[in-house]
Amino acid sequence: MTSIGLTHYLAVAAILFTIGVFGIFVNRKNVIVILMSIEMILLAVNINLVAFSAYLHDVTGQIYAMFVLTVAAAEAAVGLAILVTFFRNRGDIAVDDASMMKG
Amino acid sequence: MVLQAIAFYLLALTTVGAALAVITARNPVHSVLFLITTFFSAAGLFVLLGAEFLAMLLVVVYVGAVAVLFLFVVMMLDVDFAQFRVGVARYLPFGGVVAAILLAEMVMVSAAVADKGAAAGHTVMAAAPDVTNAETIGRVLYTDYIYLFQAAGLVLLIAMIGAIVLTLHHRPNVRRQSVSRQVARTRVTGMAVVQIKSGEGVPE
Repeated sequence: MTSIGLTHYLAVAAILFTIGVFGIFVNRKNVIVILMSIEMILLAVNINLVAFSAYLHDVTGQIYAMFVLTVAAAEAAVGLAILVTFFRNRGDIAVDDASMMKG
Repeated sequence: MVLQAIAFYLLALTTVGAALAVITARNPVHSVLFLITTFFSAAGLFVLLGAEFLAMLLVVVYVGAVAVLFLFVVMMLDVDFAQFRVGVARYLPFGGVVAAILLAEMVMVSAAVADKGAAAGHTVMAAAPDVTNAETIGRVLYTDYIYLFQAAGLVLLIAMIGAIVLTLHHRPNVRRQSVSRQVARTRVTGMAVVQIKSGEGVPE
């Protein structure tokens, strides 16, 4: 186990991805933890891309990871802006009861 | 080699442990701080893989911008976070089963790909002695991926416009100064000479 192979990095990414999915599953009402779990999922994908880039000797994986990073940052900003507006209009961030658009 | 293994296991354990703490912490500020720890450990993993430019990018963008944004929003919202712990016990067993199955699947696929796929038997790319990681990325990013690069810039611009449009809130009764109106003031509109008898005030 002292030689770190590709499997080790992929396993770390898999565990991080699972924790992110589990976080969304369990924290259904808390929007902030949902957003943070999404960020962790994207981080797991980034680790995967960079690990493959390192072991395949191709820098393309790191380029893709950079774009994923960019989109994740943009999505976090817009998601938090929506959350702030949601809170401003309702006074609470429980998204379980957000069914006003249902018709 | 052993030092690299120690560093990897330390960073991997910190990443996974902090990630678990993000979703289980009671205090949302603690959650965000654990998220910052996760990002830092992942940046350390990237440095181990030889992608130091991306590691620094992770620290600057993810920790420096996204996590700080989360912290701002968490501190701004005045919500009682105890109410969100209510539904946890209900979904925990089923969620645990789903997560365990997902994890087992992904680890098995990872092992299969690593042993028999295109990356079988490779070691980590040794950094060329005179080319930095940033230069390697730069050589490819601005030539082959220039359209994607510009599109990413556009995505960020649209996200910024969207965030401002959503949250800008003009308060109706705040007095602001209109600099153009102040500068456009002439002698006629700005001043008037009035004859006052002593002891009287100026009429409105």
